[in-house]
Amino acid sequence: MTLATEKLARRVRVDALKMVHRARAAHIGSALSIADMLAVLYGAVLRFDPAAPEWPERDRFILSKGHACVGVYAVLAAENFIPADALLTYGQDRSILMNHISHHVPGVEFSTGSLGHGLPFGVGKALAAKRRGDVWRTFVLTSDGEWDEGSNWEAIMFASHHALDNLVVLIDANNLQSLTTVEDTLRLEPLADKFRAFGCEVFELDGHDHVALTSALSSAPWQLGRPSVVIARTVKGRGVSFMENQVKFHYSPPDDEQLAAALAELREPS
Amino acid sequence: MRNAFIDELVHLAEVHEQIALVVGDLGYSVVEPFAERFPERFLNAGVAEQNMTGVAAGMASEGFHVFTYSIANFPTFRCAEQVRNDVAYHRLPVTIVAVGGGLAYGSLGYSHHAVQDYGLIRGMPNMTIAAPGDPLEVRGVMRHLVSQPGPSYLRLGKAGEPTFHADVPVALPGRWLEVRRGDEQGEAIVTTGAALQYAVRRWQEATFPRPWVFSMPLWGMAAKSLQPEQASRFEVIRTMEDHLVDGGFGSWMLEALNANRDFLGRIEVEALDPVVCDTVGSQVMLDELGGLRP
Repeated sequence: MTLATEKLARRVRVDALKMVHRARAAHIGSALSIADMLAVLYGAVLRFDPAAPEWPERDRFILSKGHACVGVYAVLAAENFIPADALLTYGQDRSILMNHISHHVPGVEFSTGSLGHGLPFGVGKALAAKRRGDVWRTFVLTSDGEWDEGSNWEAIMFASHHALDNLVVLIDANNLQSLTTVEDTLRLEPLADKFRAFGCEVFELDGHDHVALTSALSSAPWQLGRPSVVIARTVKGRGVSFMENQVKFHYSPPDDEQLAAALAELREPS
Repeated sequence: MRNAFIDELVHLAEVHEQIALVVGDLGYSVVEPFAERFPERFLNAGVAEQNMTGVAAGMASEGFHVFTYSIANFPTFRCAEQVRNDVAYHRLPVTIVAVGGGLAYGSLGYSHHAVQDYGLIRGMPNMTIAAPGDPLEVRGVMRHLVSQPGPSYLRLGKAGEPTFHADVPVALPGRWLEVRRGDEQGEAIVTTGAALQYAVRRWQEATFPRPWVFSMPLWGMAAKSLQPEQASRFEVIRTMEDHLVDGGFGSWMLEALNANRDFLGRIEVEALDPVVCDTVGSQVMLDELGGLRP
């Protein structure tokens, strides 16, 4: 049986591929990597109202790896925050759908693009909610490579110190960054131990397993008084065989032939 | 100025429940009145300015007007991208407060010389720079910043500065506040920040015709268009600032007046020579070394 969120993930992948192909834009591998997380978040976890993107009780979602924006634009279109044909403007002159995620798009909380900004901002939101007694949660999706940034460690130390159990940090652990693997760039492992040492509750799972993602994200916080960290083990380029684990597709858009092949793998007519 | 700042902030916070103060592990014997009066709106973010600024932006996005507080270059240069992207770009009500503006911490060395901050901040659209010239201007600019919440930078000196106004002035962005009246419409000295004291002393020591002395404690990219009209009354416009000439207030004024060729040759800029960057000493000694004097 195919879950509704799995259908949503397929749509996110298809739309993301079409967007980067049309715009000749980069970062498709990063968007495919998080498609399942986005589908579970928007399809089963987050509370929101597309007719009122600023609804005060909404859960806040922040994409800190702003270069993977096509995934979010696609899911926002699927959830009716923006019309589907708005995706056609991605990457065009004067489009609000910038090539790094933009707060000018309805449903987007925060613009990123420089790594290490999303988590401190999300921590500020979570702190504001705590101080005001609000019950909504803040979800921040980071890459693994961006944990090279010291600001993230400042932020997670702060979140733990202030007992921000309304904060959920997702790490897209695909082990590929700009030039090579995370392991060969700046070793992060043992990552779970690091977060535990910082005072967080940690859950490691397969970032493409919708049942595991739904269960973990829906039930956070797993321990009162502690931030929740999901280390989602993922495959960069997931869903398109020739893009999987390829640094090349951090940069290169698919050409016509590659798009057709990718859509065929996703059983989408080209 | 520090004392006027915290006193005014407490007063404003009593009326405005959205005001919060986030410090970067600094402010001993300054911030306590706020922390004790409003513990739920006070936070020490620790020695982590990037996170402090990002957290402030996040809180501001949820309705707080956050004042971040640190010294010299720590809340600006150390976290310049958070100021640029998180605060200014998103037009969030965060006021970045730096004490020790200019060479107030001159003996502490280059790390503590805040003489390039205008250059950094004024290149950001949406930012308002608040550089008061005395403790009464501190209160005036804070009342404006709270009434018009947005991205802003408040540059303070230390403590014990003289006052030059009779009462709290009404400060508006780009508007020249008259501090001393000149004799004719010859020269206007326009200052920002602590350089006001040098302009007033020059006025005191001048013989006829005395220059006019104005302070502009609020300015920024959006306020340039207000300068030609105010400047047109005077033969010479002389700016003074305790900041390097590159990227500073005088350079900003030159840009603001550049479009009108009537001003060619009528603008004089007095700012610090970069020799101060590699020298330590008292604020008075360094200002004089840098070329800023009555």
